[in-house]
Amino acid sequence: MAYLKDYFKSVKNGYKVKNHIVYYVLGSVFAILLVLVMTDSLDRITSSLLGRIGYTMIAAISLSLVVGFLGELSLGHAAFMALGAFIGGYMQQYTFASLTSASPLLSIIIAMLIGGTVAAIFGFIVGLPALRLKGDYLAIVTLAFCEIVKVIFQNSKKFGNGNVLETYKYDRGHLLLICLIVLFIALAVIMNLIKSKHGRAIMAIRDNEIAARAMGVNVTYYKLMVFVLSSFFAGIAGVLFANASGGVKCDNFSYDYSIDILVMVVLGGMGSIKGSMIAAALITYLDTKLPIWLNLEGNWVALPQMLYALILILIVIYTNAPKLKGIREKYNIHNGMVKVKGWIFRLFARGKYQHKPDAEHDYRADWSKVPTKIEMDAILSTDFTPDNTYVPDKPDKPKGGKN
Amino acid sequence: MSEIVLETENLGISFGGLKAAQHVNIQIKKNQLYGLIGPNGAGKTTIFNLLTGVYQPTEGTFRLCGEELTGLSQAQINKKGIARTFQNIRLFNNMSVMKNVMVGLANRPEFKCNFLQSIFRTKRFYDVEAAMRKKAIELLEVFGLAEERAQLASNLPYGKQRKLEIARALATDPKLLLLDEPAAGMNPQETEELMNTIRFVRDNFDMTILLIEHDMKLVAGICEEITVLNFGQQLAHGNVKEVLNDPEVIKAYLGDEEADS
Repeated sequence: MAYLKDYFKSVKNGYKVKNHIVYYVLGSVFAILLVLVMTDSLDRITSSLLGRIGYTMIAAISLSLVVGFLGELSLGHAAFMALGAFIGGYMQQYTFASLTSASPLLSIIIAMLIGGTVAAIFGFIVGLPALRLKGDYLAIVTLAFCEIVKVIFQNSKKFGNGNVLETYKYDRGHLLLICLIVLFIALAVIMNLIKSKHGRAIMAIRDNEIAARAMGVNVTYYKLMVFVLSSFFAGIAGVLFANASGGVKCDNFSYDYSIDILVMVVLGGMGSIKGSMIAAALITYLDTKLPIWLNLEGNWVALPQMLYALILILIVIYTNAPKLKGIREKYNIHNGMVKVKGWIFRLFARGKYQHKPDAEHDYRADWSKVPTKIEMDAILSTDFTPDNTYVPDKPDKPKGGKN
Repeated sequence: MSEIVLETENLGISFGGLKAAQHVNIQIKKNQLYGLIGPNGAGKTTIFNLLTGVYQPTEGTFRLCGEELTGLSQAQINKKGIARTFQNIRLFNNMSVMKNVMVGLANRPEFKCNFLQSIFRTKRFYDVEAAMRKKAIELLEVFGLAEERAQLASNLPYGKQRKLEIARALATDPKLLLLDEPAAGMNPQETEELMNTIRFVRDNFDMTILLIEHDMKLVAGICEEITVLNFGQQLAHGNVKEVLNDPEVIKAYLGDEEADS
């Protein structure tokens, strides 16, 4: 009892509602959906769409951990989902079929644990050599790994032999709720990790690996840990995928799908978990609805994909081009958001509340850290090479007088 | 009377045929301000990289307080008690000033809190986090950065970034602090302030400091003993005044009169 009392005392010191809004939002969404599912008022299309949004969000936030916080580019996230989907789905359907028919909930939990663990083990195997190297090797290795996994599943007789592998199809409404609960857990784990000293070490690696090493951060350990954790959640997302669609095909997890998830992470903003969630929801929603709204037929179905590519290219140009620096500073999206937030808060608090930009709780990365360029800093650094090939951005010119 | 903090013995490294540093013998006593100077390309930063484990020495050894550190990784050496700053500032630019310091604090044994404790938010986590914040603010106050603790590190002016780098290095609780050209890019006034800061750190943190510097005014002003490097070799070492008036040293910096004429 005394321990609990102490515990809540120490929790209270670090607790701010402002930092946990996303949990409240998710909780309320869950409550609303619970009511809707229980009263059976969701139609088939909506509930399956919402389920898809749920597991895509899990995949997106797990990739966001690697790309946005660790600063490593992974192009094979779909492979880890595929591992989860195929192995978890297979086990559910064939290995413990009797359990699945008796208690689907228990079977999906076991399948998620197995699928996640298998994906995590492969994440470890892939990450161990790739993450020790400097530069973009992880991107290359994961890209290859994605193709390897796809080809292996394509050619194994047990897993459908290139055709659809029948998996257990979970009840849509219930799966939707499960997706939300898993999303909640994944979000809590990832956010708690990031808002701890381990998270700070991870972001230190992203910002400046050399300095992080010099500060005693065990770089390889953290990189591997993040990558394994990310693969674990990707595997779980894969199991949910299998349960939602009732059948998995290796074409579902091609390179395109990895890129789709990456696009969500980049559009949502590097180093922003909430952003990736919103982007994942939005893109998944548009993916289904846009072809219907625009009456796309035939080859025109690919139009949304092209639009995303265009948007992505524009964003990368906008955020990286040196000539646009002035515009970027003038129309800073983040500052705009802070302003809007301020308006909203003032609307409710009427002068009682002053919104301060709070860098202490700001986890976003600079857009220059988008993996559009190889991090030359890590390879050729002025400190360690005689020729100054790369000079990092100089801070403001020394100001005269005292600081 | 005073114990030796850092001792290098024939420390050297060669990259293929290039001998970047050779037969470097430095002895730094506790609480000393030791300078490492030399013309460009003399191998000063190479020595720093050897001492912090960025490079592994191909010959010789070095000891910190009698403990052999040769062959350890950067993180291990940092944990043993050598911290450094960089010639071109390497802060964690997208993190707040406070978090920069907290990254340095994380490895102290009193702030031990493992991965699972962090994820499940045990009481230990909250206690450690609160203690770390307190310690970080204390440290930032010493350097006059406490006001700016919520700012992004990249938004600080140049002089303060230098200070933050020193604060971050001190956060790792080192026995020996290596400063790589701390006055680079500073005006005389800022350099003056920096000299005071370095002296302050030495006195208040009971620190031993080894610094590389090109600004002779700073070197002459605060260093107690210096070593001059040239082409990776130790040219001279000893008392500041003697060394700076050594004809060999002057020759290394300004060139040979006879050869030029």
